Amino acid sequence: MAASPAYGEEKGGSSSLGEPEYGHDPASGGIFASDYKRHDDLKEMLDSNKDSLKLEAMKRIVAMIARGKNASDLFPAVVKNVACKNIEDPNQLIRASALRVLSSIRVPIIVPIMMLAIKEAASDMSPYVRKTAAHAIPKLYSLDSDQKDQLIEVIEKLLADKTTLVAGSVVMAFEEVCPERIDLIHKNYRKLCNLLIDVEEWGQVVIINMLTRYARTQFLSPNQNESLLEESAEKAFYGSEEEDTKDAKAEAASLAKRKPYVMDPDHRLLLRNTKPLLQSRNAAVVMAVAQLYFHLAPKAEVGVIAKALVRLLRSHSEVQYVVLQNVATMSIKRRGMFEPYLKSFYIRSTDPTQIKILKLEVLTNLANETNISTILREFQTYIRSMDKDFVAATIQAIGRCATNIGKVRDTCLNGLVQLLSNRDELVVAESVVVIKKLLQMQPAQHSEIIKHMAKLTDNIQVPMARASILWLIGEYCEHVPKIAPDVLRKMAKSFTNEEDIVKLQVINLAAKLYLTNSKQSKLLTQYVLNLAKYDQNYDIRDRARFIRQLIVPTEKSGALNKYAKKLFLAQKPAPILESSFKDRDHFQLGSLSHLLNAKAVGYQELPDWPDEAPDPSVRNVEVPEWTKCTSREKRKEKVEKPFYSDSEGESGPTESADSEPESDSEESGSSSSSGTSSSSSEEEEEEEEEEEEEGSGEQSEDKEGEEEEEKRKKRKEKGGLRKVSPRSMVSSTFLPWSPREWAWWPTLSCGPWQLLSPAFGAVRTYELLHRMAGEGLSVEYCFSRRPFPGDPHMVAVQIQISNNTDAEVKSLRVSEPKLLAGMRIQEFPEIGMGTVVEGRWDTVAALCFQRACTHTRHFYVSIQPPVGELMAPVFMSENEFRKEQGKLTGMSEITEKLTLPEKCRSDHAIVQQVTSAANVGRVPCGADNEYRFAAKTVTSGSLVLITLEWREGAAAQLTVNSEKMVIGTMLVKDIIQALAQ
Amino acid sequence: MSARCRSGWAPARPESAGTARADRRAVRRRLQPLSLYKLLSHRGEKHLMALRTKHDPSAPDPPVWKQMGHVPAAASSTATLNSSQQEKHWKSVVSRSVCDYFFEAQERASEAENVPPVISTPHHYLLSVYRHKIFFVAVIQTEVPPLFVIEFLHRVVDTFQDYFGVCSEVMIKDNVVVVYEVLEEMLDNGFPLATESNILKELIKPPTILRTVVNTITGSTNVGDQLPTGQLSVVPWRRTGVKYTNNEAYFDVIEEIDAIIDKSGSTITAEIQGVIDACVKLTGMPDLTLSFMNPRLLDDVSFHPCVRFKRWESERILSFIPPDGNFRLLSYHVSAQNLVAIPVYVKHNINFRDSSSLGRFEITVGPKQTMGKTIEGVMVTSQMPKGVLNMSLTPSQGTHIFDPVTKLLTWDVGKINPQKLPSLKGSMNLQAGTSKPDENPTINLQFKIQQLAISGLKVNRLDMYGEKYKPFKGIKYMTKAGKFQVRT
Repeated sequence: MAASPAYGEEKGGSSSLGEPEYGHDPASGGIFASDYKRHDDLKEMLDSNKDSLKLEAMKRIVAMIARGKNASDLFPAVVKNVACKNIEDPNQLIRASALRVLSSIRVPIIVPIMMLAIKEAASDMSPYVRKTAAHAIPKLYSLDSDQKDQLIEVIEKLLADKTTLVAGSVVMAFEEVCPERIDLIHKNYRKLCNLLIDVEEWGQVVIINMLTRYARTQFLSPNQNESLLEESAEKAFYGSEEEDTKDAKAEAASLAKRKPYVMDPDHRLLLRNTKPLLQSRNAAVVMAVAQLYFHLAPKAEVGVIAKALVRLLRSHSEVQYVVLQNVATMSIKRRGMFEPYLKSFYIRSTDPTQIKILKLEVLTNLANETNISTILREFQTYIRSMDKDFVAATIQAIGRCATNIGKVRDTCLNGLVQLLSNRDELVVAESVVVIKKLLQMQPAQHSEIIKHMAKLTDNIQVPMARASILWLIGEYCEHVPKIAPDVLRKMAKSFTNEEDIVKLQVINLAAKLYLTNSKQSKLLTQYVLNLAKYDQNYDIRDRARFIRQLIVPTEKSGALNKYAKKLFLAQKPAPILESSFKDRDHFQLGSLSHLLNAKAVGYQELPDWPDEAPDPSVRNVEVPEWTKCTSREKRKEKVEKPFYSDSEGESGPTESADSEPESDSEESGSSSSSGTSSSSSEEEEEEEEEEEEEGSGEQSEDKEGEEEEEKRKKRKEKGGLRKVSPRSMVSSTFLPWSPREWAWWPTLSCGPWQLLSPAFGAVRTYELLHRMAGEGLSVEYCFSRRPFPGDPHMVAVQIQISNNTDAEVKSLRVSEPKLLAGMRIQEFPEIGMGTVVEGRWDTVAALCFQRACTHTRHFYVSIQPPVGELMAPVFMSENEFRKEQGKLTGMSEITEKLTLPEKCRSDHAIVQQVTSAANVGRVPCGADNEYRFAAKTVTSGSLVLITLEWREGAAAQLTVNSEKMVIGTMLVKDIIQALAQ
Repeated sequence: MSARCRSGWAPARPESAGTARADRRAVRRRLQPLSLYKLLSHRGEKHLMALRTKHDPSAPDPPVWKQMGHVPAAASSTATLNSSQQEKHWKSVVSRSVCDYFFEAQERASEAENVPPVISTPHHYLLSVYRHKIFFVAVIQTEVPPLFVIEFLHRVVDTFQDYFGVCSEVMIKDNVVVVYEVLEEMLDNGFPLATESNILKELIKPPTILRTVVNTITGSTNVGDQLPTGQLSVVPWRRTGVKYTNNEAYFDVIEEIDAIIDKSGSTITAEIQGVIDACVKLTGMPDLTLSFMNPRLLDDVSFHPCVRFKRWESERILSFIPPDGNFRLLSYHVSAQNLVAIPVYVKHNINFRDSSSLGRFEITVGPKQTMGKTIEGVMVTSQMPKGVLNMSLTPSQGTHIFDPVTKLLTWDVGKINPQKLPSLKGSMNLQAGTSKPDENPTINLQFKIQQLAISGLKVNRLDMYGEKYKPFKGIKYMTKAGKFQVRT
């Protein structure tokens, strides 16, 4: 047993916890020296339930130990008495400490006791004790892994805990014991997301890392549509027209198959709740959030992490080291993200070399056509550094820039050639190696450089550089026909003193020269091969033999001889200089394995996104009815007093733990597209609140003198005007607007706040800009039929703009609207759509021809409102209607006969069709077969009266009375068309 | 401070005796996990962390080294003491030979700061931080985010500093009992437990002269005899029942300018990093709000956990229940769009002539945009090329030293008097026969300006809620050079 006698002794000593008077002075045990008995009765005594017996037993044990006897057999019995007693102490801190002590004893004998204690502590009232129970789990697991199943039960129970204190510890236990049991997380997912901000910082790291893995198994990739879009955009650009149409069809088919991507609200919840942690003072937390965003967020949103990571570069050099490694990997995939922070990666002479080299890596990854000149200027400074390792790395970096950016290849090459005259041999050698790689790309243009390098063989001693030069000369000996044999001559002279890699290249050079210029080099080649034949290195001897057989024709040499030239002087592909950090992101970022670029023990693979999203309802948690009521009330209160909702979480000791999960589960419920009916009714309510706050108003203005066109203006309100509670602001800013939600709002506008709004079915949406035409930006509009608050004489147009790309769209605005005479437009302020994938503005704006711009592009769009939208319903009695109608006869009356189609022969259908064609209010009517509607034009307030008389069968007659004849005529046409559908 | 005085007193008692006594004491007071745990645990192969300290690498002293995992028997700890290594084990015992990999890496690296923070060995990974000329090494066995460990190690060093005033090898040796006790509370089985110094101080009292004397005589320890109620609080960073007769809250706004200035004096990159350090000694549970005149200047911020994030997001106000004592409330970055005022300039003329073995050296430092404040504490350092044998220089003020071994030139300038600009002139002796160095040295500058936050950040007001008394409030501004380099 591990518990050696020496330890038994100590155990005995410390086991007297409860009896201070004895522990205090072990010598007091001396009185018992004479009468110590066998262990068995001691054990019995300890197991009895009489305190006095136990006390007696303890005293004896102490005495035994004081005399140096081995008491280790009694260990479990003592532990049971000491620790177990404390485990029932009324004070939670003592209970917790007792459990911590117990669980830290690494003796298999006490496993059952430990298991019991953990189980008990897991249902303790005190969260602190439960936290300690969570800490004890991995300890017991490492002691006896057979307990796994039982421990998983405890973990499951603790995962359901609602307090922040427990969350971090239990997830840690989960990761150590059963990281594969991802199913245990489902029910607790939303709760963990919501508690996260209040969990202690170390727990945050563990939870975020676990949730990253979880999200990879449960949600769909947020970038899948983008890759599709990119593909099609590329095709459209390069493909011929014919192909285009084919592609378009194929693509339409594939788009139809693939549902449009809607981010799971739970996925969004995770992203939203981790974002504030980027502000943590703990570098590990910041890194954890950064990797979560990198692996889980839509491309357009990943950018937020750059600033926080750059901030960490101010920290200790070890933190810098780790962060830079991760930035290096990220900057390959998402270069744009770090470009604004380019200068933060500039190198100071005081940086440690390992930091310098990593910064250099990042700078190289960030180099592109626009910033390359700045970067090269910076590199020039670095080349003069005293730190030679760093200089060598800089030269490599220049080489990489030159390969990646064709524009600067010559500049770089010239710069490197200048370095060939540097006094430091290492610099020269490194330059030679890099130049060799660059020259391989376009050797023909650079025979001057090759000549220059040939001269260097006299001076440069660094083997790698010599070998590179020799290879270059051999490879391009036809460009330097005079120099090449001379170099070979010199090398033959010094052959025996060269390093092995140089010798191999000398042999290569000889072979190539023999094949191209055998007249001058035949003897030299023979000489070199002979020298090589007796070299000490067997590689060189082998190579010499092999080459001799290949190039020198003899009787024995086989068919290969004919192809020698092809073999040696084949066109060789230029090497690709790429970052050593490429593709390192298959490791989870921020992990030890990523840093080492090798799988560490216990590394959990980051799974690939699933093709089909697993059932999201597994995360639904039933919320008891009463909770919902209270939380709703609570929410209202919050709307009134946003101050409190802000400090929610810190506001009170108990509140932070208790109130949050409830309100949050409600919130996540409402954002869940698969929400239960009760949660969707709440959603409705939430929506209503929002809508209520939006005012409305409209106006239209008619002028008769103009052409037959109507003129109108509209305008609208912008989203930012909505003064809503912070929470609904959050939802409007962060929640993706799914099509379902979009379908919501028209029905809402028939709410009681609207003075006079006809009941109408669906509002039609019109397309303003198609996704393809708008380069990923799509715009739709509809007429909200609500008064525009700013000016009752304008018509509100609601515009929905969706950004389907990963790029940020800034400065959406209307530029240079072209208005027909009499029209006005109230423009909305500039809108940016960075992080919002899809957004909605109750906007307005729009006119016949206008240019909509983003910060990079202008799109011409036009809105042509149907005449029926230029009016607002009015309420009047049957008598008033008759009276007004009487005034509008003659020129002002237009009558048209029509046939009602089959499906339009019910009251309901007729009213619906008319009201959808025009924004009119129904007027009560005595007659069964007559329908009356009334409205006023928004701008001028002229009455428009509509009468539809239904005669037998399908025949009907439509009469419109209005002093605006143009409007009347067009309205008749529109209504007939609507009814005929 | 207290810790410093204490070192003279500390009896060099054998560690084993100290711990044993400590253990018994702890046991009597309350169930103190540390002690029992330490004595009983020595089994199991799996192990998480090790912590190691090492002396300045330039002097290859016997290194100090600490290891985390389970604490081995007291005897082995004593042995390590003599060789100036310290170790502490949490999960299980790891042979000290694992450190050989670290020593190798250390030998390979020319300078201490170039030792890779993460070293992979066949069975373990060594993660280290280097602070106060001591290496703290953690030995781990399984995958864990490296920053998790590194951040924790830094937190350990911060805690030592907080406890003992300075974190040095001597201090760690002198306070070995407290160090072990603190470490035991900071980490449990590889998972950080209490890293708030406020909670730790409740558990383990920091050493004072009086307590040391008493402990030596009575054999008691620094283990607190109150229950650590702070761990249960929702504001774990603050103790309950704090009482002061003078209630004061001081805030220091300290900004550092990081800049690279090129040869011609134009700014290549410059940014301002600021922190607000606070010293709050207030009775009870005060709730403070701090607002700025121009919060928009703050581009990127990170907070002490006490700051209510949502309030900042919506109102740009710092609202918090402060920890007791010293803490860093906020660190911030001033947005890069704002032009950074550079308060000093350096005129330099450093010439290595090809023909002669003499070079010319001349630098002048002067004030630029100082908003009328005095620049003080100016210090110029420059690493000269290897070819420079010696320098004979005359400063117009201050003192200068050139170390011919490390080739480091240091000039302590002091205050800049705008009427009489400080300068340092003279010649350099270059190694004869070699060609002139390619590189020109970089000049590193340190300075500070009192009463000025160079970004223009201004605190508007500080209000206290939740307590009735009127505290004394103070705000101080300071601007310092951060990594300020002039290329020549």
